[in-house]
Amino acid sequence: MIISVASGKGGTGKTTVAVNLALSLTNVQFLDCDVEEPNAHLFLKPQIHTKKVATIPIPQVDESLCDYCGKCREVCAYNAIAVFPGDEKKQGSGVLIFPHLCHGCGGCTLLCPRKAIHEVDKEIGVIEAGMCGDMHFVHGTLHIGEIMSPPLIRQVKQYIYRSRTVIIDAPPGTSCPVIGSVKGSDFCILVTEPTPFGLHDLVLAVEVLEKMNIPFGVVINRSDIGDGGVENYCKSRHIPILMHIPFDKEIAVLYSNGIPFVREKKEYFRKFADMFAAIGGAMNGKSSR
Amino acid sequence: MKQIVVISGKGGTGKTVLTASFASLAGNKVMVDCDVDAADLHLLLKPEIKERYEFRSGVTARIDRDICQECGECISVCRFEAISQDFKVDPVSCEGCTICSHVCPAGAIVMEENVSGEWYISETKYGPLVHAKLGIAEENSGKLVAKVRQIAKEIAEREGRDYVIIDGPPGIGCPVIAAISGVDLALIVTEPTLSGMHDMERVAQVSKHFGVSTKVVINKYDLNLKNSETIKQICEQADIEVVARLPFSRQVSESIVQGIPLVEFSRNGISGDIALLWERIK
Repeated sequence: MIISVASGKGGTGKTTVAVNLALSLTNVQFLDCDVEEPNAHLFLKPQIHTKKVATIPIPQVDESLCDYCGKCREVCAYNAIAVFPGDEKKQGSGVLIFPHLCHGCGGCTLLCPRKAIHEVDKEIGVIEAGMCGDMHFVHGTLHIGEIMSPPLIRQVKQYIYRSRTVIIDAPPGTSCPVIGSVKGSDFCILVTEPTPFGLHDLVLAVEVLEKMNIPFGVVINRSDIGDGGVENYCKSRHIPILMHIPFDKEIAVLYSNGIPFVREKKEYFRKFADMFAAIGGAMNGKSSR
Repeated sequence: MKQIVVISGKGGTGKTVLTASFASLAGNKVMVDCDVDAADLHLLLKPEIKERYEFRSGVTARIDRDICQECGECISVCRFEAISQDFKVDPVSCEGCTICSHVCPAGAIVMEENVSGEWYISETKYGPLVHAKLGIAEENSGKLVAKVRQIAKEIAEREGRDYVIIDGPPGIGCPVIAAISGVDLALIVTEPTLSGMHDMERVAQVSKHFGVSTKVVINKYDLNLKNSETIKQICEQADIEVVARLPFSRQVSESIVQGIPLVEFSRNGISGDIALLWERIK
């Protein structure tokens, strides 16, 4: 089973829930897909055993073959190619590639009539894999200044090992990086806080998951600070509330020091394991129907 | 005119609460919410929408099943796994590269323009607010961020405003880069947690990479004094000024529940610190 942990609003406790859930189960693989700001390793402290550069293919033009026909520029939907035909003798001609705009779709290479384009790898980040006890751990880290996190997220997800329970820590928000992370999940845990901010962004996240057809439930973090808006919304929409985690200074301090709170507050092992069992039960109920 | 953006790397450190307080403290300004996929600033500033525009960006493939010969050429060229074995386009995965429409021998694929969100010019009691809503599961948030920033800048120039105050998105990717490019100051809000510190260092590298002047605020500094000290040292080494340390305060979530900027919810404690912070960066 693949369970992703997402939120809409940032800082509600995605990584906290993902990490503590993972530590409460056996036979787990943990994927940190928040490649812009990966944090799970700060808590799980995995032994990294493999490190791989993540790349995207970008075009390179062999100008000895190019006749500056402009087809590549015409097919590029991202304005990542500029072609200067120059004068009649091709003086001042050239092709400019803007790698940051390129999505790596391969269209220019495929459609160049003179086969003057081939693809080269451009580094966008690093993927590291390792172990944390008997837990498999994988995360991606986007290089500074890079804007394309979705391809890196897709590459992290190629490590998914289905015979384990896969926990995916997703980035905040509701746009492409989130979609890429939660796509293909069997279930998504949405972590929120009971404030108008938490509620507003939860509603957006719910719309995303409904559009993607992924079943989900809600964890309310710092559940005693705020108002009843989130609770009422979940009840009125029949969204299962999977767990309440009350505000606890001890949890906040443990978090600040990178210590998963189940290690100190053992009663939560049981709560997370029970939550996982409830998710599994709900999923089986659904598939047998 | 001075453009100030509030960013953080890590989400939930207090960007919007600070931005709304600046909106209340600063004179003669325009506000922008650049967190277009989970915008919250309007919950505190209570805008009245004056103008509403569609945000059109990118295209999505549609296969005309009456013409489609099911040859599979489109599936084989698509690198985004957006076309299923039964020739259905998944609009969420489609990145609008258009290659399928070029290779389809039957001409069965058309590219349709996306309406991927809306943006608004609003009036608030603090001044104009430019904000947006990215459509559910849509792309191109960076372009929408660039759009709202450009509009806000135009308003500020036209009306002779002194400040453009920008609520930034979390992360370090496409929307963040669009939110910080060309600003006069990027204010990073961090917290004394290992995650907050890690993410602050990364987003500070991004602002440095783009040559943006950067300062740091440590929020909830008293949650972990040792880590707060480490943040100070990290910033010293990177030649970044720590302009304020704000205490943990339950007033913050209470003010959000009330739906008003923190500095208006209370005048003392953390609100006084924020007023002082504004004086230092304005």
